Formats: sequence, structure tokens, C-alpha cells
Amino acid sequence: MYRAKVLIKRRPSILDPQGKAVEIGAQHLGLTNIKNTRIGKYIEFDVDIEDKTEAEKEVSSYCDKLLVNPIMEDYEFTLSEWTPSKEEV
Amino acid sequence: MLSETRSRLRGRKPKFGVVVFPGSNCDHDAFYALHKVLEYDVNFLWHKDTDLKESDVIILPGGFSYGDYLRTGAIARFSPIMNSVIDFANKGGYVIGICNGFQILLEAGLLPGALLQNISLKFICKDVYLSVENYESNFTKGINDKIVLNLPIAHGDGNYFADENTLKELEANNQIILRYSSKDGNVSNEFNPNGSLKNIAGIINKNGNVLGMMPHPERSCNPILAKTDGSLIFNALVNNIYN
Repeated sequence: MYRAKVLIKRRPSILDPQGKAVEIGAQHLGLTNIKNTRIGKYIEFDVDIEDKTEAEKEVSSYCDKLLVNPIMEDYEFTLSEWTPSKEEV
Repeated sequence: MLSETRSRLRGRKPKFGVVVFPGSNCDHDAFYALHKVLEYDVNFLWHKDTDLKESDVIILPGGFSYGDYLRTGAIARFSPIMNSVIDFANKGGYVIGICNGFQILLEAGLLPGALLQNISLKFICKDVYLSVENYESNFTKGINDKIVLNLPIAHGDGNYFADENTLKELEANNQIILRYSSKDGNVSNEFNPNGSLKNIAGIINKNGNVLGMMPHPERSCNPILAKTDGSLIFNALVNNIYN
């Protein structure tokens, strides 16, 4: 089994008004060195497949078909081998 | 394909289907406007079903389908009923997506582009003016071309985005149907409520049988509420495809 960690970012060409609004908060805190705040999404899940290449395919398929909208978002992911503890099964 | 659809429909009694997703909240408004006010036949279509109940026009209503989780419209797009709707649209069937319905149409790939969060980050609920940009579509043909529509918007994610090539294509094919404007039809940034590129409020697909729009025509049909511009769109479609 693998644990997948997917990072979804807005494409660089797309404005992020939420990031801008949050950055105003940073200015108010006096954190004046903070620049270019952009807010994305982090999603994790398990993939119950033994073969890593197959697991990667499954994750790509999930991202391409549902998790990510390629018109406005880019993504990257990592897979790490993972054995669930008894409580988590 | 469209002319085939039209000749099949000519002379028939208009029959609408309103899809109900978990979280839809304008489904009953659409039903009320189309059935009680405009007196067309209307059926609700449950998202888990695949039967379109012989509807000739499908409405994907406004709301927050599946809680708007992940992205607006992203999960509704995979409802069983949507396979039937996509198939129906690809065969030339008429589909109108309103607000969340527009978002679903974009996620389903029936229309190009995406709807981002409003540039102000605010949920905007107000009446807007809309310049009708194409009077040749079946959704607008026959509407008096002097008119600027006055319809309500109510959304948090209505900021239309598409890449440059898609925008060029939309303009070249006259697919932009509605733009946010002043009361006299002046389209400029000042009248853009949500940051939409080119003030886009509503578009159709290349074949002209799928319309997606952020404003709510179903909330503007009943004369009791003083505003009836929404009925112009529904009635134009009925006149153009059944008569």
C-alpha cells in the first residue's frame, strides 16, 4: 500500500485573490518580507496497489479526472510505501 | 444534428427536466418558473437516476451541489444523471446550466473554461444588467434586440476564466451570449461584478444547444415579482425549437 500526497497549485497565470487577502494580514502583523502568497490544496489518501508504477497511474488518473482542473490548476504528488496500523484499517 | 432535433420537436408540447443534485437550491425555483408561471411540462430528475423522462430541455439548476467541495460542480459532474445529460447534449439536446449548473457544465467539458472565485472574494447577490451579445442563438433569437436584460446574480465563484485561444474561439464563433453591462448595454470593467474575463456572464457551445450562465433567469419570471426578463430566455428557446 502507498500513501499519496498531492499538492495542487493555481496556475501561475491565474490571479489568487485569496492569497492576496491573506498577505494583507501578514502586512498587518508587520511581516513585511512576505511576498507572493498563493493558496493551494493538499490532499492525501492511500492507494491499495502493490506495484508502484500502477499506483502512480491510479493517482494520476484520480488527479486528472477529478481532483485537479487543468484549466486553472497544476499538481504534483509523492508516493511513499506505507503499512496502516491496526487502528487505521 | 440540431435541425434534426428541431424538426423532431416542432409542434410538440414543451417538456423540461430539472436535475436535482444534493445541495441544489434553485431546483424548485426553476420548476415553479417553468411550470407554474410559464405553464410548461416539467419533471424533476434525480441525480442518481439515468432516465431523462423524455425531456427536451434539461435544466441544471443553481445551488451548492455536493457542498461545492473540491471545486464547484466537480463532483456533481460524475453523478449518474450527468452521463445521460452529456450524451443528450452531444446528440444535440438542449441544456441550460444556471449558476452552479454552469459550473457543472464547465467541469463536464460541455462548455469551455472555468469559473474562479469572485475577484472581491465576496459572495455577490444583486441584480445586474446584461448585454445580449448574440441574437442568433436559439436561446435569444426573437428577444427584442433593444433590450438589456436585468437579472439577479447570486454566487461566490462566477469569475469566468479561459485561456487566450479559447476566448478567441468563443468570440469568433459568437459563443458569448451575455456580458455584464450598464443599464444601456455599455460593457466595461465598471459593470463587471466578479472579475470575469471580457465581462462574460453566459456562453453557448459551438453547436448552440448548450447554454451556461451565471445570472438566474428562473428568479425573474413571475410578474408578481415585477421582473420578468428571465422568461424572455425560456420563451425564446421554446419559440425557436417548438414552433
